[in-house]
This record gives sequence, C-alpha cells and structure tokens, in this order.
Amino acid sequence: MALKIVKSQCTVCGACEFECPNAAIKFKGEAYIIDAEKCTECEGQFDTPQCAAVCPVPGTCVPA
Amino acid sequence: MSVTPIPISGLQVSSRKEMGAAMTGGGGCSSGACGSSQGPADMDPETWARVKDHPCYSEEAHHYFARMHVAVAPACNIQCNYCNRKYDCANESRPGVVSERLTPEQAARKVLAVAASVPQLSVLGIAGPGDAAYDWRRTQATFALVAKQLPDIKLCLSSNGLALPDHVDEIVAMNIDHVTITINAIDPEIGQHIYPWIFHDGKRRTGIEAATILRDRQLQSLEMLTARGVLVKVNSVLIPGLNDAHLIEVNKAVKARGAFLHNIMPLISDPAHGTHFGLSGQRGPTGAELKKVQDACAGGANLMRHCRQCRADAVGLLGEDRGQDFTLDKLPEEIADATEARTAYRDWVAEERRDRASAAADAEAAIAGADKPALFAVCTRGSGRINLHFGKATEFQIYEADARGIRFVGHRRADNYCLGGHGDAARMDEILRVLGDVPFLLCSKIGDGPRKRLAGAGIEAIDGLAQDYIETAIAAVLHSKTARAGLSAERA
Ligand code: SF4
Ligand code: SF4
Ligand code: SF4
Repeated sequence: MALKIVKSQCTVCGACEFECPNAAIKFKGEAYIIDAEKCTECEGQFDTPQCAAVCPVPGTCVPA
Repeated sequence: MSVTPIPISGLQVSSRKEMGAAMTGGGGCSSGACGSSQGPADMDPETWARVKDHPCYSEEAHHYFARMHVAVAPACNIQCNYCNRKYDCANESRPGVVSERLTPEQAARKVLAVAASVPQLSVLGIAGPGDAAYDWRRTQATFALVAKQLPDIKLCLSSNGLALPDHVDEIVAMNIDHVTITINAIDPEIGQHIYPWIFHDGKRRTGIEAATILRDRQLQSLEMLTARGVLVKVNSVLIPGLNDAHLIEVNKAVKARGAFLHNIMPLISDPAHGTHFGLSGQRGPTGAELKKVQDACAGGANLMRHCRQCRADAVGLLGEDRGQDFTLDKLPEEIADATEARTAYRDWVAEERRDRASAAADAEAAIAGADKPALFAVCTRGSGRINLHFGKATEFQIYEADARGIRFVGHRRADNYCLGGHGDAARMDEILRVLGDVPFLLCSKIGDGPRKRLAGAGIEAIDGLAQDYIETAIAAVLHSKTARAGLSAERA
C-alpha cells in the first residue's frame, strides 16, 4: 500500500512533500520520491491521498 | 562646489550630471518603457511616501528603481487555467516561469550580490513560481535572512490569497508592507472557468465550491491586511469573453476593501506554453481592449498600467531582465555590500525627480489648449527621459496628452522573444501593428529606413528631442503641431 511519483511528469514543486501527513515524501538528488515504508495512502487520515490531491500534474502521484 | 566621487557599480562620478549619464548609459538603468497614472498627485501623501521607491507600485518610481524576485516558492495550492509551471524557456517572460529554484540561503546570497552591483535595487519580492503564502516556510526564511542583511530593501510578496489569512500576523510582524493578491473574479460562476481546482483543508475541490472558497479567502485576506495597514495591490488577468465586463465589479469590490492599486493584466495564452487556455484557443486581449477595460475602471481603485508580468526570477528595472546575469554559478564568492552606492543613488533620484516634476508642470501648462487627446509612443531606458534608440526598443511607453495633462497610459511590447529567429522586416510589421493607433513616436535616434516605414503607416518619428524629459518633449511636439496651423491632434 503505497503511492509513487512518476519522475518524468513531476515539476519538482514540493507541494506533495508538505501535505504528506506521514513525512513519506523526500527530495532526493533531483526528484521527489515516496518512501513506501512510510506511505499509508493516507488511510484513516484523509479521504484521498494528499499528494495526488495537491499535485498540479495529473497522473503523477499514482499507486506503486 | 566640491564633491567627493561616489562609487556606483564601479563608476566614479562627481556630479549629478555625470551620475545621470552613468545611470542611463547602459549601466543598470535601462528600463525599456512605461509609466502609469500613479504619481504623487493621485495618491494620499502617506501612501505615496510608502510606495515612492517601489517600481511596481508607483509609475514614477519605475523610471528609477529596480526590483528583484527570487524563486524560492515552487509549490502552489490552486490551479489556474492560464498557468503551467511545467515548461520554461529562458527567453520567455511571463509569471510562473523560472530557470533556477533557490533555497532561502541561496536566495539571500543572490539578493546580496544584486544589491551590491545594482544601486537602483529597492524591493525584493517573492512571486512564485508557486504561491508565496502557501509555500510560507521558504518565503519566510528568505525574508528573514534578507531583512537581517539589507534592512533598506523593502519586502513584498504575491499570492492567490487562499493561504494568506493564515499568515497575516506573521506578515505584519515581519514588516512586509506590500502584498499583491491575484483576484480574477468575485463571481464564482465566472471563477469556476478560470480555476479548475483548489486544494483546501486536505481536499481537492472543483467547480463553484472551489471558486467560492477561493473568492471568500481572497476578500478576507484583503480586508485583514488593509485593516493592519499593509498596502495591498490586486492583480487581475483580463480574459476576453470571460471576465472582461466583470472586472469593473472586481475593481469596485477590491476598492471597497481598501486595495490601493488594481493591476489589470492581459492574458498570455501562447499554445506553446501548454496552459489550458493556450491549448483551448482562448485568446488574450489586444492592447486597445486592455486599455478599454482599464479606462472603464477609472474612478475605482487606482489602476496600475506599467506592469511587466515579469518572471518569478526577474532582476532589474521593470522592462529589463537581468536575471541571467545573476544565476547561482555567476555569483561571486565574496560579496561586499554597497549601501553607500544605494544611498548616493537615492539622493540623486530625489533631485532628478524634483527637476522632472517641474518640467512636467511647465509642459502641462504649455499644452493647456490642446483639444483632442493625442497618443505618443516613447523609447526610453529610464529616468523619465527620451534616451533610447528606436532600434533598441523592445517596448514602447504610451503617453496620452490633452488639455487635462500628459499621462502614461500603458506600454506595448514590440517583439515576442519566444518565437525567436524573426527577421527585421517581421519585427517591423509587429511594431506597426502594436502602434497602429499612435500618431507620434519619440526616440533618441532612428534610421531612415524605419522612419519611412513608420511614416507610411501614418506614424511620425521624432528624434530631435533626445535627452529631454518625456513631458517636455510631448509639449514641444504639440506646440509645433498647433503652430503648423490647426492640424488635428489625432490621426488614429
Ligand atoms: S499517499 Fe498520503 S501518505 Fe502516501 S505519500 Fe501521498 S500523502 Fe504521503
Ligand atoms: S506535487 Fe506533483 S509535481 Fe509537485 S513535487 Fe509532488 S509529485 Fe512532483
Ligand atoms: S509582474 Fe508586475 S507587479 Fe510583478 S514585478 Fe513585474 S511589473 Fe511588478
């Protein structure tokens, strides 16, 4: 149960990073990546995954 | 009078005249164009005192002062149909576009470097590429670093307003005295066609709901900020067929809530930018359409007419962009601040302003007889003078003169950087198109070829008034015209 970021789509804006309730998203090198260990798909915290809801590019934060 | 030389960007100058020559001689001070309606005359003295050195807030100041933006805030909490932060071309000039994202520490270094070599610098703004209030941690960290090192530089930020109410207290505490809020509609029926979604309270929201929340938060921020004495300017993007008629309502609503300036900007919608509006064929307004909406709002909130829709990493005077001169890899290791150069420059401006103001008053008195308004296109590189070669102008300041006075009414760009590769002939066609309704052009010099082409299109090019103040030159033209026996003041 985790999401991932499609690197080729990402604009590296970082909005997902500070919306993630579990600090699962980090800037590594040139891109944002989701730590599958920490990602809960926002279960129990929000109706929808926060990263996908705030991301400006459709289809960038998707199920891993 | 003995004067000690003042170092300005490596130049040693000893008199006001030399300073003038140094500042306009291709150093930092080469604004391509513009001016607006805002001057000491139509602002209350307290507001004027606060904005007089802010190039974006005062038309008069933009002839003398430079601003810079640092791109530290990439994250945004809404989507606008005219924005796409995914593509950047270094030659593109539009909001939301940057070539380099900076950390607050890198940004502070860059501000220090620019302040040390551009004595005209008076303002640091954070305007994206995302939203400065949403990406607050980075915005705040940057301002804190700069305020500590450069207390004489004013701070301002731009926001869509959604997250602003949460930060008003900090904005006041940090001494940020200017904020810009972009409000394109106050009617959610219209707003829903501009914003496909917003992200608020943990949820993506769309349609009327999204447009209503955004509108409410925008107006709330405006009220909260003005109540605390923060100067607020409102930006609106003019989208023909969507909000052109509605902007009068927006103007009234924001004026009622204390906005001191309203900036109506044209939609930029080149399909190459990949924005929704660009791809769906929504066109931007023509210069004349823009002026019409601005004129229709006259009497409401003061209108800003010299906005350049700058990049979120622009550096320098409005109308020029020296951002590429100050990329991270070009910053020097050691940066020594040059406070004394900025102070000397500000003193020079104070004298120059007094001079220009009295020249303008004389000029206006002299044309009291002119009946119909006449438009003038002016080539200038700043300081309120005619001091730019026609061939070097990439935009023209448009002035209007009649019995009520001489005033700036807008600027028009003459070349489109992003298309690139245009020949001179094509550029000339574009110039003739944008100046179609302007009978006179004032510049410091012009070649015979372009002069003939302009004349063929009914535009008289005048280069005999180089170095004069703009107002003085316009009065001189109107005079000789009346002298040439009652020619109509208008040729459009
Ligand atoms: S789905 Fe939720 S928990 Fe997982 S990365 Fe996205 S925001 Fe974080
Ligand atoms: S919100 Fe989307 S575009 Fe922005 S950094 Fe995260 S994945 Fe990339
Ligand atoms: S975009 Fe407009 S308001 Fe912003 S810096 Fe440029 S001219 Fe000033």
